[in-house]
Amino acid sequence: MSEAPLFAQQAAQQTAQQTGPQTAVAFRGAGFVNDTRRWAPWLAFALIIAAWETASQLGWLPALFMPAPSEVVRALHSLLLDGKLLAHVGASLQRILSGWILGSLAGVMVGFLMGIFVIVRSIGLPVVSALFPIPKIALLPLFILWFGIGEPSKIATIGLGVFFPTVVAAFSAVDNVPRNLIRMAQSFGLSTPAIVAKVILPGAMPGILAGFRITSSIALMLVVAAEMIGAQVGIGAFVLAAGNLMQIDQLIAGVVLLSLLGLTISWLLSLAEQILLRWR
Amino acid sequence: MQVVLEGVGYRYGDLPVLDGISFTLPQGETAALIGPSGCGKSTLLNLVGGLLQQQTGRISTIGTPPPGCLNPLTFVFQDFALLPWRSVAGNVALALEHHNLGKAEREARIADVLKLCGLSDFADALPKQLSGGMRQRVGIARAIAVRPAVLLMDEPLSALDAQTRELLMEDLISIWSRERTTTLYVTHNLNEAVRLADKVVVLSRRPGRIKQIVTIDVPVAERQQPQHAATLKRLHDELWALIKAEAQVADREVQNA
Repeated sequence: MSEAPLFAQQAAQQTAQQTGPQTAVAFRGAGFVNDTRRWAPWLAFALIIAAWETASQLGWLPALFMPAPSEVVRALHSLLLDGKLLAHVGASLQRILSGWILGSLAGVMVGFLMGIFVIVRSIGLPVVSALFPIPKIALLPLFILWFGIGEPSKIATIGLGVFFPTVVAAFSAVDNVPRNLIRMAQSFGLSTPAIVAKVILPGAMPGILAGFRITSSIALMLVVAAEMIGAQVGIGAFVLAAGNLMQIDQLIAGVVLLSLLGLTISWLLSLAEQILLRWR
Repeated sequence: MQVVLEGVGYRYGDLPVLDGISFTLPQGETAALIGPSGCGKSTLLNLVGGLLQQQTGRISTIGTPPPGCLNPLTFVFQDFALLPWRSVAGNVALALEHHNLGKAEREARIADVLKLCGLSDFADALPKQLSGGMRQRVGIARAIAVRPAVLLMDEPLSALDAQTRELLMEDLISIWSRERTTTLYVTHNLNEAVRLADKVVVLSRRPGRIKQIVTIDVPVAERQQPQHAATLKRLHDELWALIKAEAQVADREVQNA
């Protein structure tokens, strides 16, 4: 009964008895926060470009090997005016899109089958492991022999390069869908197609979209390589030609275009994530 | 609907988890399944619900499901098992969509059960926005939306804090008083068993066998009344005495494993 009051009394006595200096408790939990400053990257970009431009203007960078940013902008501008920019970017984009869509569709399909059916997984995993490490660009000569020098060989290279990572991403995404959700769906009598459509597909979406980030950059890499091997138009062909002619401003302009293309794709994917994964 | 278990046994590979389980769960009654951890309570529930392949013995139901029943044996899960990308109403709808109900009837059922579970204001909320108690209310709403003949509840309140558990027990009692659904309720919490069950099936440590079936004669609706407190306390102690030694051994087993 008297336990609690006794404790309180003792505590009060201790406070009263305690002598010595009084010290305020200092805050020591500063730093190590997970935060970003939105203006910082813009400022960094601006500083780098400004430093580059200054260095060029002052003649520190040899104009023959490293043009000033302003020259690159001028090159881009003239490319835009004479329609070459649109032709090159258009050709590359078309190859990326058709190759990526084909490879992704097939990859997601195979990945799902592997995630769902034991027999497909048992066969598929070793096959994928064996073929995944082949640098797909090494197959372009083979595809040129099979499909000719035109578009199909390039699209096949990109498609194949996209296919394997997509299979792996889709398979592990399906594998990671919580089992308890699937059992719940079974316990309510949902059919297998309904479970795939309503539980597995949405549940695997985060993993599939993460895979798309990887495969989109692979597609960009492969399109440039393929265009450097055998194409008249396309950013890869353009950059190669510019290099051969020592048109450094054009070459850098092509590289800038590739960077912009990559940023655009990644922005589109972020948008897709925001829409499709709102529930996270 | 009545559930009859006759000599049910189950083993995972070489490990026997259930052995010779026989009992009858009469229509409209609630049986709590208690026992030390690892005694096969959840395994038994999954066998009854058809989520595990039966091995030995026989599990059957007797009687026809109530009118409007879409899924006679219906689970409520410990971890709620809600689809995180579907709203509260969408999660309930999942249990109804593949049945030939018609839009009006489906929406009426959803609105009904959401109201019954106090979720009407949260119909469009996503699971991540809800507290644990509200999430399990969604799990319960989804289960009763199909008008089940038998409710199979797998530690439905174990993931919740003590206060929320009290609230949900009251909700369950009021739902049962309306629906009279036969219920098999797995728990490791003796308070829940004594509060909710008409009879308590006590399982032994692995391999789980029936140790005793304790019938609680106090009507579920009256258990909070003070005149029954002593009876229920005695039952609680009796159940604890039955499983204490086993629970101690099971506890050491898990630590050694």
